[in-house]
Amino acid sequence: MIELYPFIIEAIQIVIVLLFAPLFVGWVRMLKCWFQGRTSAGLFQPYRGILKLFHKDVILAENASWLFRFTPYLVFGVTVLAGGIIPIISLTLPFATVADVIAIVALFAIVRFFTALAGMDIGTAFGGMGSSREMMIGSLAEPAMLMAIFTVSLISQTTSLSNMADVVIHKEFILRPSMAFALLAFVLISLAETGRIPVDNPATHLELTMIHEAMILEYSGRHLALIEWAGMIKLFLFTTIGIASFFPWGISTSVNLINISAGIIFLILKMGFLGIGLILIETGLAKMRIFRVPEFLGSAFLLSTLGMLSYFILE
Amino acid sequence: MNLSPLIVTYLSLFLIAFTIALVPLFAKHQKILIYVSFPLMSIASAIAVVAGIWSVAIDTPESVTLSIGLPDLPFHLRLDPLSGFFLTTIGLLSFFVSIYSTGYCKGYAGKRSVTHLVIFYSLFIAGMFLVVLSDDAFFFLISWELMAIASYFLVMFEDELIENRRAAFLYLVVAHIGALAILLSFGVLAGATGLESFSGYTFDAMRQTEFPLKWATVAFLLAFFGFSAKAGVIPLHVWLPEAHPAAPSNVSALMSGVMLKTAIYGIIRVTFDLIRVFPLWWGAMVLILGLITAIMGILYAIMQNDIKRMLAYSSVENIGVILIGIGLAIIFTSFHIPVLAALSLTAVFYHSINHAMFKGLLFMGAGALLHATHKKNMDEMGGLIHYMPWTSTLFLIGSISISALPPFNGFISEWLLFQAFLLSPSLNSPLLNLLIPMGAALLALTAALVAACFVKAFGITFLGHWRGHHHPPLQKMGLEVNWPMRIGMILPALMCLILGILPAMVIEWMDKISDELVGGKIATTAGAFGWLWLTPVAHERASYSGAIVFLWIIVVVMLVYILLHIRKTAIHRVPLWDCGFEKITPRMQYNAASFSMPIRRIFGFLFNIREQVRLSTSTISPSFPNRLYYRLRIRDRFWGWIYRPISESSYWISRKFGRLQQGYIHVYLIYSFITIIILLIFAR
Repeated sequence: MIELYPFIIEAIQIVIVLLFAPLFVGWVRMLKCWFQGRTSAGLFQPYRGILKLFHKDVILAENASWLFRFTPYLVFGVTVLAGGIIPIISLTLPFATVADVIAIVALFAIVRFFTALAGMDIGTAFGGMGSSREMMIGSLAEPAMLMAIFTVSLISQTTSLSNMADVVIHKEFILRPSMAFALLAFVLISLAETGRIPVDNPATHLELTMIHEAMILEYSGRHLALIEWAGMIKLFLFTTIGIASFFPWGISTSVNLINISAGIIFLILKMGFLGIGLILIETGLAKMRIFRVPEFLGSAFLLSTLGMLSYFILE
Repeated sequence: MNLSPLIVTYLSLFLIAFTIALVPLFAKHQKILIYVSFPLMSIASAIAVVAGIWSVAIDTPESVTLSIGLPDLPFHLRLDPLSGFFLTTIGLLSFFVSIYSTGYCKGYAGKRSVTHLVIFYSLFIAGMFLVVLSDDAFFFLISWELMAIASYFLVMFEDELIENRRAAFLYLVVAHIGALAILLSFGVLAGATGLESFSGYTFDAMRQTEFPLKWATVAFLLAFFGFSAKAGVIPLHVWLPEAHPAAPSNVSALMSGVMLKTAIYGIIRVTFDLIRVFPLWWGAMVLILGLITAIMGILYAIMQNDIKRMLAYSSVENIGVILIGIGLAIIFTSFHIPVLAALSLTAVFYHSINHAMFKGLLFMGAGALLHATHKKNMDEMGGLIHYMPWTSTLFLIGSISISALPPFNGFISEWLLFQAFLLSPSLNSPLLNLLIPMGAALLALTAALVAACFVKAFGITFLGHWRGHHHPPLQKMGLEVNWPMRIGMILPALMCLILGILPAMVIEWMDKISDELVGGKIATTAGAFGWLWLTPVAHERASYSGAIVFLWIIVVVMLVYILLHIRKTAIHRVPLWDCGFEKITPRMQYNAASFSMPIRRIFGFLFNIREQVRLSTSTISPSFPNRLYYRLRIRDRFWGWIYRPISESSYWISRKFGRLQQGYIHVYLIYSFITIIILLIFAR
């Protein structure tokens, strides 16, 4: 029975990923409404949105190919797989050895690759525009992301996210300049990768500014529900990657029930605070012009490279 | 006589010779020629694969001295794990491409004679086999030339086009400058062995010599220059995007997939087996050149609209990635860390076989497009996923693999390379501590740009609507290629998957090579965690399981699909939403040039780009232009920086010397007279 515990924890974690992701988005949206002086639709509105889409019929363009219909399932499956690997409530996950942090970045690259292809499938100008921009942003964000993570992994001498978190939890706390650079870079990249302001605006459908929304413009019904849900999980997972690499304290290191429930409570608290941080950034900034984004990501890249250099030179 | 890998290799070579001998018999019957020779070539390649896999597995080098050769220097052959590995790689792709060629060359039947295509195709493959088998400098160079000349004639196959002739000439020039450098390098090495007569030219003699650093450096630089010219390392790459697209697509697949690997083989053979001296700066130089090649190669690839040119530039990028691994291996060896050197070399070998598989697959896919639509320009294609379901799926697999996405094979080698980078902090050198983080960053940037490049290639070619002026003769399934071509593409696609989900097994097989070259192993740690997991160093350091990722994706996609289809929701097929514009045409889609515009704008300073936009307005209403002309020209800066000055100055010098040629007999008599006088003065 004992050897089954890690698998039960794994199952719990996947359920948490599936259920908490819309909740986190609901929390972020609610905060945004409060900050902008509007009345919010409530914490549970994202659930209602997904459920509504699941019940609707699918409207599909005549020339949509199998790729267009396959992409939502793939995107959803890959995102959930990443959710099973990242240490969210516990470090002792059986899935943790399936992929290290480089592979997790590559899993998100699969999502981007197929979403961009699906955007081009129908053959509208919007889809192509979204895909082109997304690939530009992705090809600048991905290396910066890897560099930020590499800096952390140099300190812990591993690229497995669970082991990285384990090392940070058990080592005595030192304020490292390389970690500070990497954290700053990671925040910038997460904003870009999850399509938040100032890079992309998840709430707009304005032709000239949308990126992610432009790619998925042709989706409807259950396909759209899966993609939206996967998008929410992606935001949730980027937050948890940040937690696991920079603030892992509280994640359970054993398979003990009390530690796991403490881990869940810590997770909820951290997510609550990070949601406030995200909204402070979003309400404080305006969306950038598309060709300012390379400068934004370039500075993230520079920061993470500086982090790595400072590790090599100072530490 | 006992059966051994080398005997099996002979069998393969004899079969190739037999095929060539058969060609004249069937020259009159082109179709039979195609149906006989290419299947024979595929059998010969399959036999070579068996020999290669076997020789790596048993790990005992076999060598033999042939009775033919120069008077003083008989030819030497040797099959050791390193040659065995490259024999496997070359054989595998030749096997697939030969099956594919059976279908592809049918397109030429009735239009032009394929007799010399078959002959040079067979010689080309034989040349590549012999390059990795030869064990003395002369035989190596003879095989090298056989390969170069055969491929020159293959590039010249469609010689009515001036650009093909020009590409072939450029290829010949660069190949021979490279061969000359290799010859000089072997000369230096043979001289340093100190042996009389020609026996210094055997690789065995070089292996037994301790080279002084001075001569080792000269030989290494010459060999590296020569092999770089063949591999297309920037700035010696300019012939590659001209020559590879000019050849028929089956030959392009071989040239990009495996001919470039013979140059990689040469670099590894000369550096790790013959010279065995590893100054740090060699590694740093190779690493820097590899990084430049990788990043510039992929940026050039993104700018291309011609699908075969794009693939050729992408080969430049992959050679860069392989060089990064070789550079790291030299650096680690110079620090005497054999495990890390073995890790880098494993990444090199893995990427070599990976690139052979997916680039072969992609070039065959481009050939299928050419076969079906007679077009190479992506901007004239589109929507082909509906008409070529097999080709599009296989091209997609190739694109995923080359973009280093799990669970396919490209990811494994890139992952191993990142692990090698991340393990380097143990080195004690300030230069490397600056270089290696930058290197990791540039490699990551390259990997991400490859994905952008292949989203563009697949998306523009296969998705959306047909972009050409004339609508193709399209009925559904009407454009799909014939079965031999499909099988020739299905097999490498399967290899991409197998290499992606079973890396631990493959690495265990190929681990002896790096053990022999640098004295380090990784497989004992790689397989320790079970064959499902790849753990190159230690399982708490990093692990990856392609098989589980693959299974999870399949299971979850099926599960979600079934769950969502329990309750029936209808799918309504409706016309494309046109925002109420009503006059939407396929020309309004994003095309190749517009897709790459953001990246062109960011990295434009690296290129020589000229953009011209002209409005033509009618006289009736000048404020409403009726037509817009757009011209985009992207040039390789290296042409202007290096090649044009060289070619112009050589023309200038030959013009000056040309003045000596007066055409009158008495002038030449005066020249001879002056020469004799000078000789009498100086050579008393």
